[in-house]
Order: sequence, then C-alpha cells, then structure tokens
Amino acid sequence: MWKTLARNLGTRPPAIDAPDLEPAHLAELAARLDQAARKRLGRSLAIREVDAGSCNGCELEIHALNNPVYDLERFGLRFVAAPRHADVLLVTGPVTANMREALERTYAATPDPKWVVAVGDCAGDGGLFSGSYAVVGGVSAVIPVDLHIRGCPPSPVELLRGLLALVDMNSRKG
Amino acid sequence: MGDDTDLLSFFAGCDRAAQRPWPRYRLSEGQWLDLATHLTIADWTLLGLWGDGDEVHVALSDAQSGEMAVASLRCRDRRFPSLASVRLGALRLERAVRDLFGLSAEGSEDVRPWLDHGQWPERHPLAAAPAAAGTSRRATDYAFLPAKGEGLHQIPVGPVHAGIIEPGHFRFHCNGEAVVRLEARLGYVHKGTESLMAGKPVAAAAKLAGRLSGDSTVATALAFARAVEAATATEPPPRAVWLRALMAELERVANHLGDIGAICNDAAFVFMQSEMTVLRERVLQVAGAAFGHRLMMDRVIPGGVAHDLAGESAAGIAALTRELRPHFAKLMAIYDGKPSLIDRTVATGVVRPDLVRRFAAGGFVGRASGRAFDARKRPGYAPYDALDFAVPVLSDGDVHSRLMIRAKEIEASLGLIEQILARLPAGAIATPIPPTAGEGLALVEGFRGDILAWVALAADGTVRRGHLRDPSWFQWPLLEVAIEGNIVADFPLCNKSFNCSYSGHDL
Repeated sequence: MWKTLARNLGTRPPAIDAPDLEPAHLAELAARLDQAARKRLGRSLAIREVDAGSCNGCELEIHALNNPVYDLERFGLRFVAAPRHADVLLVTGPVTANMREALERTYAATPDPKWVVAVGDCAGDGGLFSGSYAVVGGVSAVIPVDLHIRGCPPSPVELLRGLLALVDMNSRKG
Repeated sequence: MGDDTDLLSFFAGCDRAAQRPWPRYRLSEGQWLDLATHLTIADWTLLGLWGDGDEVHVALSDAQSGEMAVASLRCRDRRFPSLASVRLGALRLERAVRDLFGLSAEGSEDVRPWLDHGQWPERHPLAAAPAAAGTSRRATDYAFLPAKGEGLHQIPVGPVHAGIIEPGHFRFHCNGEAVVRLEARLGYVHKGTESLMAGKPVAAAAKLAGRLSGDSTVATALAFARAVEAATATEPPPRAVWLRALMAELERVANHLGDIGAICNDAAFVFMQSEMTVLRERVLQVAGAAFGHRLMMDRVIPGGVAHDLAGESAAGIAALTRELRPHFAKLMAIYDGKPSLIDRTVATGVVRPDLVRRFAAGGFVGRASGRAFDARKRPGYAPYDALDFAVPVLSDGDVHSRLMIRAKEIEASLGLIEQILARLPAGAIATPIPPTAGEGLALVEGFRGDILAWVALAADGTVRRGHLRDPSWFQWPLLEVAIEGNIVADFPLCNKSFNCSYSGHDL
C-alpha cells in the first residue's frame, strides 16, 4: 500500500480538468437564485443526495463524482449525511408515491437558504415512468427545483458542469 | 411419488400452455396443492412467483435435471394456496402479488402489505378491476415484528439514508450494541414498472427492463430480450450473442470493483475505495467508448444489440483487461495483508448455507455460502456454453467470503472478456422480432445473481404481461439474518457485502 501511495505522490493525479460551464445551466440558475442566498453560502456547498425513486443509474454516476477522477471536493462541493447539514438537495428519480412524503420531509429538514437540483431525465417529468399509478411525476411536482441536469443517467462530467454552474452563480457579485 | 420424480414428469398429466423454451402448466387447485405437498420433499428451486390477471404463476427448476417449468393456477375467489411454508422465498413475492393483483396467499403467515404503502390512487393496480384506494393509510404505518426483552431499544433508519444509496427502511431492535432483530421495509421506489410494460411494443418495454435496476441494466435487458426471443422463436445473430456477453461481463467487473471498494470503505479503509473507484471508472470509460453509453443502457434489445463495437474499441477493451489484471491483483494482495481490515470482514455477517439453499439466494450471496448455482452454467445460455470459466464457491458465508467471491469473479470475467474478444463472430447485430403472440421465460446471471424474466406477448406483438424478478428478492431476507448478533456499527459493512437492489426489488 505504501508503495502505491508513494507512486501516486510522484505521478499526476488522475483528476480531469474542470469542464466548461453550460450556458443553459447558468441561465436557468440566474432566473432562480436570489442574491441574499448567494451571499450567505459562498463557494462552499454541502450536498444531500435523495433518491426519490430512481433506478439507481443516476446514483452510480453521482457516486463517481467522489472518485479521484472527478474529485468533487476540490471544487468546494461535498456530500453530507443529513439534510440538516445541506445547502443543496440533489434529487434523482421519478418521485414515487411511496417516496413523496420522505422527500417533502427531507426538504423541510433542510435549512434555508437551500437549492434543489433535479438529476436525470426521470427527475424532470417522470421520464419513462410518467403515467404510472405509482409515480407522482418529476421532482418539481413535489418541491421547487432550481436546476435540472438532464441525462439517463447524466455522465459525471455533465453532473460536474451543473454543480459548478451552481457554485459559479453563487459566487457572482451584483 | 418419490422424491426423485423430475420436474417435468411431475407435471406430465397437467394442461400444457405454449411457453418456450421451458413449458408452462395450468394446474387445478388440487394439482397446485399436490405441488405444494411435493415441494416438501422435492429438491426443486423456486425461481419466481408472480401474478397475471386472476392467475398466479410459479417458476421452478430441478437442480438434478437442470429443467425449468412454470406452474399456473387460476384463482377462484381471488385466493391461492400459499407456497411460503414450503419455499420461504415465496413469502414476500406472495405479499407483492396481493398488493398488485389482489390475489391472496391462503395460509401465509405474513399478510402485511409489502409494496403498497397506502399511497397509490388505487389498490391492486394490476388487477383486471383495481379497487378504490379506500381509507387512506399513513405511509409510516407498518407493523414491524416485535422483539421484547429488558433493555431492548429500536433504531429506525431510512427511507432516506446517509449515503448516496437507494431508499428503504431498516428497523433495528438492539440490546446495547448488538442487533437482536433487523427487519427491512421496502417498496419505496416501486414505480409500477410492470404496469407500464403492458401494452407496449417489446422495444419500449425493453427500455423499462433496462431501468429495473440501473446497475444491472445489461443483465436485466438481456433477460427480457431472451424471454421475448423465446416467445417469438427468434434467434439473435451470433455476433449479437457474443457482444451481449461482452457487455454483461464488463458490467459484472465494474460492479464488483465498486462493491469491493465500498465494502473496504465501510471498514474505514478508504485507500481501497479510492483505488477501486479509479479502476471502475476505467471500465465505464472503456464501455462508454465501445458502446456509446457508460452503463451500456439500451444496448441489449430484443433481437440482438443496438450498438456494434465501435472502431478501435476492441483494442481498448483488450488493453483494459491487460491493465486491470495486475493492478487488481496488487490491490487484493494489500487487502490480504491488512489484519485490521480482515478482522472486520472475517466472521462478520455470516449466512448459513442451509438458509441460502432454502431461499435459493443466488450470486455472491449464495456462492459465498456454498450454493454453487450460476445461471450461465445451468440452465446455461450462449455463448457461455462455448467459453471456459470457473464459478468460485466458498462456504464461510461472511463478509470476507462475499468479497472474495467478487474478487475471483472479476478474474474470471476478465478471462471471459479476453476469450470473447478473440472469438467475436462477424455479421449482423440484430434481427427483427416478428409481431406474434407467445410466452417466453429466461434466466440470466447478472452481477448480483440470477434474474428471471417472463413475458407474454399479445397477437400484435405487444407485451400483454411482463415480469422481472431481481436476484435481491431472495437476498434481502438473508441480510436480516446476517446482521443478527452483530454490532450495529457492522451493519453498513454487512449491507454493502450484500449490495441488494432496492429498485430491482421494488419493481
């Protein structure tokens, strides 16, 4: 293990460069984020992930954000274990009827100011699962959404783009 | 009847339906009761149990002959005799059948709702005539099995968990640090997948199958595709068959790498998690370059595959196996050389072999507890019959064994990938599915274990009824056993060593 660690110290980290920001994400956020909230939170955001009915595909790629290749923490973003510690709820899935209350309660337990990022096509409008008796719809059918990152599932780079747009908008002045 | 009666001769006198490749029999209630009785002595495995209108189907396999069959009973008065007392794995499946179809398992010891949390606009949504929702039930109302004794306390966990994982509720009864009883409550991510499949063309239904459990998208789509192909007597082109196996093995390697890292992480050995996630990322990047999607979603379709191996990517996959093998071996040597880590995994979360057999738990859960079953070997399917690979089996049934099964399977899968690349046939990658009625059954080995798919097609070729049984159905109950007597702090470790699917189970 020490050999591996020593070798890792001598080589370039596997982390990729930060991807370019998506103008569409910035526009979506500009319309939503209020100035006061931006000022208070700054560039460091705590994220609470909530699976509200996903197939687990989005979770796999969200997980990948923590690996040394995408290394989310270097951008000031980190996943936390409780909504009470979170600034951002990252919500996946079509919201199932059975998860609706849990999502509402998680949102209520997150202190203001807070943002909601919906992840994946299903989180937009229910995706392939819309119309089911067991599905309420997209995330915005239950709680207000500030940014939607599309994809089935979105790749880690696409997720990074969306989350960095959030940090970027948040740290802008004026 | 002796206990050496083979499965198909047992059903010899029953009315036979046109299901392929294995037969389906329509039983009278008397014959169903005979079956229940015979199951007490027969060494037959229950592979699945599901509803269909006012019928209930049970899939069985005969370990001796390798044969499979489905037995069906048309329920009078919306009841059928429960099989849970003779096959424990049927218990939760029967509860799901009642929630979805309103068909009750008579004689079952557990009649609590399972997937239905009282939040749907109607009851029995898959029944021909769903019932009105009735008086509203709170989502949190559920009668957990009690544990009584001095000093016992409860710890409720979920459905929203601390990690980036799927939702489910775990109710612990503890005596100090020790877990006296764990009971899981699932169904939170029930999406009504099977109701959405009904009436859809097979191509659209295949997309839903590929999203039953995102981590098993290749294997589940493959099980569904094989069931459709069986129903329509379609033979996918040889190149497609081999490309499917290539994708399935890449999926297995990627998931096992992630699991090994995550298990070590839950024993506070973050180094391994970090290294394993880099390897997993490499596999996903290569898969993405080769098939145009990192998880290879929607690449397996009924009739073949949707994406041929792109340009240079065969060389890329070959380079991946060359790079992965020594790197992975080095990491496993590190695992092996860390007594403080092994101390956490050895003798933790033990599942006894007899329980694994009784539940017919597959995958690493079964194979770590002495159950050698692997659907790639038996019933077996192409191209695995032409490939050389070993199925590792251990018997200690602890977290360490489940981790080691994964490690050995990664090595085996890398070997399979190399064999597939060396022998990949040329030619077409898909053949059209004729619009015709039929019934098909398939069993496919995903990374987690055997996935059962059953499909009934209408005359216009659309799906009349599709059913998918994730391996987790028979593994979740064993997690409750594995944690008994362990400390609460070892639950994440045990849970990760199972890594059951919530979405796959919840449907």
